Amino acid sequence: MARIIQYFAHPGVSASRINAALWRTTEGVDGITRVDLYAAYPRYDIDIDAEQQRLRDHDVIVLQFPLFWYSCPALVKEWIDLVWEHGFAYGQGGTALRGKTLLLAISAGGPQDAYRPDGYQHHDLRSFLTPFEQTARLSGMDFLPPYVLYGALRADPAAHATGFARLLAALRDDRLDRDAAMGLPILTHDTLPIAEA
Amino acid sequence: MSEFLLLAFLFLVGGVVAVPIATRLGLGSVLGYLLAGIALSPLLALLHVDVIAIQHFAEFGVVMMLFLVGLELQPQTLWAMRARLLGLGGLQVVLTTALLAAGMLALGQDWRIGVAVGLILSLSSTAIVLQTLSEKGLMRSDGGQASFSVLLFQDIAVIPMLALIPLLALPDLAGHGAGGHGGDAAHGSSLSLVEGLAGWQVALVTVTAIGLVIAGGMFLTRPAFRFIAAARLREIFVATALLFVIGIALLMTLVGLSPALGTFLAGVVLANSEYRHELESDIDPFRGLLLGLFFMTVGASIDFGLLAAETLPILGLALAVMAIKGGVLLLLARIFRLRGGDAWLLGLGLAQAGEFGFVLIAFAIGAAVLPPDIAPRLTLVVTLSMLLTPALFIAYDRLIRPRFDREEPREADAPEPGHVIIAGHGRFGGIVNRMLLAAGHETTVLDHSAAQLDLLRAFGVRAFYGDATRADLLEAAGIAEARLLVVAIDDPAQATALVRRIRHEHPRVHIVARARDRRHVYELYAAGAHDIIRETFDSSVRAGRSAYEALGMHPFEAERLARAFTTDDRRALAELAPLFDPDLPEQQNPAYRARARELMEAQTEALRHRGGSFRERSERGWTPPTPRDQDIAAESEG
Repeated sequence: MARIIQYFAHPGVSASRINAALWRTTEGVDGITRVDLYAAYPRYDIDIDAEQQRLRDHDVIVLQFPLFWYSCPALVKEWIDLVWEHGFAYGQGGTALRGKTLLLAISAGGPQDAYRPDGYQHHDLRSFLTPFEQTARLSGMDFLPPYVLYGALRADPAAHATGFARLLAALRDDRLDRDAAMGLPILTHDTLPIAEA
Repeated sequence: MSEFLLLAFLFLVGGVVAVPIATRLGLGSVLGYLLAGIALSPLLALLHVDVIAIQHFAEFGVVMMLFLVGLELQPQTLWAMRARLLGLGGLQVVLTTALLAAGMLALGQDWRIGVAVGLILSLSSTAIVLQTLSEKGLMRSDGGQASFSVLLFQDIAVIPMLALIPLLALPDLAGHGAGGHGGDAAHGSSLSLVEGLAGWQVALVTVTAIGLVIAGGMFLTRPAFRFIAAARLREIFVATALLFVIGIALLMTLVGLSPALGTFLAGVVLANSEYRHELESDIDPFRGLLLGLFFMTVGASIDFGLLAAETLPILGLALAVMAIKGGVLLLLARIFRLRGGDAWLLGLGLAQAGEFGFVLIAFAIGAAVLPPDIAPRLTLVVTLSMLLTPALFIAYDRLIRPRFDREEPREADAPEPGHVIIAGHGRFGGIVNRMLLAAGHETTVLDHSAAQLDLLRAFGVRAFYGDATRADLLEAAGIAEARLLVVAIDDPAQATALVRRIRHEHPRVHIVARARDRRHVYELYAAGAHDIIRETFDSSVRAGRSAYEALGMHPFEAERLARAFTTDDRRALAELAPLFDPDLPEQQNPAYRARARELMEAQTEALRHRGGSFRERSERGWTPPTPRDQDIAAESEG
C-alpha cells in the first residue's frame, strides 16, 4: 500500500467542469488523502510546517489542476515556493521528498493536435511541464508522465474522471506498471498500464 | 481687591501685548516679558508696588519648571548625565567664581567680597535659558543637554552657597546687617524644621525629607492619582497636581533645601508614571504664567536712576561678567568635547547671571557680606546680563547656527523614529497597539480609564492617563514629533474634532481614524483623516463570508465575493464623500441624496439579477475560454 495525497487546485470551482468532476470522483477512492488547496488557503496563508508534514506522510503526491497559460494556477506555485523550501525538498539536508513520486493531473483546453511543433501551441505538452519535471528531479522524486485530458472544453469528463480514480487506486495498491508508464509521453484514461487485481 | 485686580490687569496687559510682538519679531518670549516689565516700571513705581515681593512669588515658576524638567527625565537618563552634571557644572561654578573673585580683587575690593560676588554671578538663569531652549526646540540637542546639566548643578550648588556666604562676613559690616535671612521664596524661609538642631540632626532630617519625596513619588502618587482620576473632574486633578508641587516645595523649604531641587527629584521619580503627561499639561500653564510674571518683575525692578548715573561702568561690568562666564563655558565645552554649534549654545546661553543671584544678593546683605553700596550695582549687573541674554540667543540663531547647520547635517533635530500615539485604548485601539508593538514600534497610549491603565501597565504597555481629546495632553505626549496618530476614541464627535485640530496644527502627522458609521466616515474625511476605518465593517464582512461558507460556498469563492463586496462598498462610499456636507444633515443635501439613491438602486438591481455587480466582477477571473475561442486560435494559425 502506497500512501497517496491528492492536491486539487482550481480558483473558480463553480466554473469548472472537468476538474470538479475529478474531485468529486476521487471521493470514492478509499485510503487516500484529498486536499482542496483553494479551500484550505483562500487567503494564501499557507501553513508551511503542516504542509511539509503532509508531504512526509505520503509516498505519491498528485497535483491536479487546469493548465492556465501553460502553467499551474497561482496558489499551486505559491504552495511550491513556500513548502518545497531549501533544506526540506532540496539543498543541504533537503531529502524529505527523496524516493517519492510526483504525478500531475492536467486538463488542457486545446486539442491534442495543437500541442505539436506544427500545431498552434508550437510545443508538445510535456515541454510546458518541464519546470515540474525538474522540480521533482531536484527533489529526488520520480516524475510520472502526467495524466492528461486534451480538448477539455468540449470533452465529456466522465471517462477521464473514472480513469483518474482507477489510476489513484492502482497507485495506492502498487498495481501500476511503472516501467510501462514511464515509456509513455502522457497517461490518458484509455492507455493506463494497470494490472487488474 | 481692586488693587489686586489692577495689578493683575497691568501684568496681563503687559504680557499679552509685548510677547506676541516680540515672538513675531523673532526675539523670543523672554525678551518680550522683560520689555513689558520695563514699560510697566514707571506705572508700578507710581502705584508704590513692591516689585521684589511679586518677584519672590513669581519665582515659584522656576520650581514648577524644574518639576516639569524632571518629568521629562527618566532616572536612567539623569544617571547617564552624572559626569557632565558634576564635571561640567562643578568646574563652571568653581572656575567662574575664581575668575570673578580675581577680577574684584583687581578692582581693589576685599577678597571676601570678591568670592561672594563670584558665587552670586556664577549662577545662570534657569528660567530664561530653559524657557528659551524649549521654545526653540533645542532642549534635546547636545548643547541643550549640557546647558541643562550646568543649570541643574547650579541649582543644587545654591544650598552650600547659602551655608558658605555667612562665613565671608566682613567684621566692620556686621553691625549694619539686619541679620538672619533675606526674604526668599525659592530658598530658605522664616519657618524652619531644622532651626536649632545639631548638625547630625539636620542631616538626618534632610535625608529623611528627600527619602520621603522619592518614596512618596514612587509608592503614594499612583494610588492617590488613580483615586482622584476616578472622580473624572478635571479641576480636582489640577488641584491635586498643584497640591503635590506646592507640598514638596514647602517640605523642602522647611528643612532648608532648595524647593526647585525637591520638585525636580519628584519629577524624575514620576517620569515613568502613567500620569506624567496629565501632570505636565496641568502644571504647564501655571509655570508659564508665573515665569512670565517673573521676567516682567525683572524688567520692572531695574533702578533706572542708578543706571542713568553710572551707565558706562555698570554696562561695562555686565559685559565683562558675561565675557568671563562665556569664556569659561566655551573652554569647558572644548574639554567636554561639545561640537561647534553646541559649544556656542552653551557659552552664549549661560553667560548671564540669574534669578538665584537676586536671592543670594539679598541673603549676602543680610549676612553682612556685601556692603550696601555694592549690592544695588550688583543687582543691576545681574538684571542687565539677563536682559542681554535674548540678544545672545538671537545671535546664536542668526549667526552661529546656520554656519554649523551647513557644515554638518545635524542628527539632533531629526524626527524621532517611528513614534506612534494611540488615542483611546479600548477594544479598537488596543488591537492596533498590540500590532504596532509586535512590529517593534514605540507607542504612547492615552486613555482616560484608570482601571484600563492598570491593566496595560501590568502588561508593560507605555500608557498614560488623560483625556486624549485635549490638545495640551497630546502636546505633552509628543504629537509634534510623532509620525502617526491613531484616533481610536469612542465618541465620534470628539474624534472628528481631534482629527480636525491635529490636521490643522500638525499637518505632518499621519492620522488613522476609527469611524463609527458611514456618516462619521464623511465627517472624518472632511476633517482630513488620512485613513478612515469603520469600526465594525471588516468584522461584518468576515461574518458575511463565514455565512457564505456555512451555506456551502467554496471558501475561495466566499473570499473573493467578500473582497468584491468590500471594494464595491468602499467605491460607493468614496463616490458619495465629496457630496457630503458635514454642516448639513443628509436629508437636506439634494446632491448627496440623489447619488445615494442611484447607487442603492444599481445595487438592488444587480442583486436581483443573481449575485449583483460585485459578483460579476469577482467571477471575471479563471473563466475558461469557449470552444469557439479555440477554433479561432487554431484558425488564425491556419
